[in-house]
Amino acid sequence: MSFLPAGTVYGVLLNFQTEVDALAPQMADPPYKAPPKAPILFVKTANTWSLDGSDITIPIDVPAVEVGASIGMVIGADGAVQGYVLLNDVSIPHASFFRPPVKFKCVDGFLGVGPAARDAQGANPFDFKLEVRINGELKQTMAFAGTVRNAEQLLADVSEFMTLAPGDVLMLGSDLGRPLAEVGDRIEVSAPGFESLVNTLVGAAK
Amino acid sequence: MKHARVVFEGNIQEGTEREGQLLLADGRLVDQDRVTWLPPFAPTVRPRTILALGLNYADHAKELEFKAPEEPLVFVKGQSTLIGHRQQTVRPAGVKFMHYECELVIVIGRTARNVRRDDAYDFIGGYTVANDYAIRDYLENWYRPNLRVKNRDTCTPIGPWLVDAKDIADPMGLSLRTKVNGQITQSGNTRDMIFDAPFLIEYFTRFMTLEPGDLILTGTPDGVVDCQPGDEIITEIDGVGSLVNHIAD
Repeated sequence: MSFLPAGTVYGVLLNFQTEVDALAPQMADPPYKAPPKAPILFVKTANTWSLDGSDITIPIDVPAVEVGASIGMVIGADGAVQGYVLLNDVSIPHASFFRPPVKFKCVDGFLGVGPAARDAQGANPFDFKLEVRINGELKQTMAFAGTVRNAEQLLADVSEFMTLAPGDVLMLGSDLGRPLAEVGDRIEVSAPGFESLVNTLVGAAK
Repeated sequence: MKHARVVFEGNIQEGTEREGQLLLADGRLVDQDRVTWLPPFAPTVRPRTILALGLNYADHAKELEFKAPEEPLVFVKGQSTLIGHRQQTVRPAGVKFMHYECELVIVIGRTARNVRRDDAYDFIGGYTVANDYAIRDYLENWYRPNLRVKNRDTCTPIGPWLVDAKDIADPMGLSLRTKVNGQITQSGNTRDMIFDAPFLIEYFTRFMTLEPGDLILTGTPDGVVDCQPGDEIITEIDGVGSLVNHIAD
């Protein structure tokens, strides 16, 4: 039985300190004019969800996509975190974070969803480490000890303005060094304690 | 036909408009003020995709000191922000500028992918009204308009009715207005959209599949003003509905 979110999937921008540091010199300039204050979220709409093992179709005019591996908190019936799931937040690369990234991130199939959510009991998100492999080659390692807001803080700061419903998923962010991938590539996201997530990029029919 | 979804005598019921009253699925005719109104659509199998437009009327773009966009400025909302007709929207303590936005909502009627402009109306199931509140104090220039402005609890009243598409002869020629405590503060016409309904459906379905029940909030015209606790805000569109909301502390 594969896992699919029952609610809305939210991602968060700039939740790794290395990402913030890299962009810091531009934050005071237009169009941003100031560093972000509240968590900057985006939505991965239901049309983006791809099961583990399934192909992800890349639009014809897109030479490469960015692989935004992450871990999502799955909200339970009582509003608390019930579990965690591996995610592959695929994007068309974009340099500006001024406008919502709908056309870059809400493309059909652009969110690989791990095969199962692991139970929140006994899991400490601060210790999470994941690895991204493309065609078997290690491309990125990510340690969630490097987040700006840890899982608890992120949930608290988001909950200040919106209630996460049972079934909603809130990602913990994705660190710098996100690899690019192209048609034919097999992307594997893995982490200790999680069932790995594999998707293969395929070209769109002409 | 105009469809509603309400709570009556503790149960969620479907209903339709009948001579100013509500005809429930069980056959009873009740006054509209005897029910609790929910967003007027049945739950979807997958979470509903809710797209919303910013700066989609030339006059509003001007008011906000932006030049008209060359492509749609779109953001996404989660389902949890939706509330029904005659409910309350919370104004957070200490904010300076919270405004309504009266918007025509397109409700997708069948699975839509790579739809051409000329076929777009075939994919629209109906229309409703949304009041897409914004709290400008929380605007940040990161994925703007950011979710703290646009995805708040209680901040997207929608309804009262889902009106069948076939009952709206010219969706791109509807007068719309907002009344604050009975005074008209916003008025416009859907003909002044920069990107009209067929354009939007073609544009979005080029990269995303829309499913029945997905929503497109099409933006708001000029004339947004601050709303205070106690205010009654009515956003209405001719032939579609008159959506009542109250601002609470």
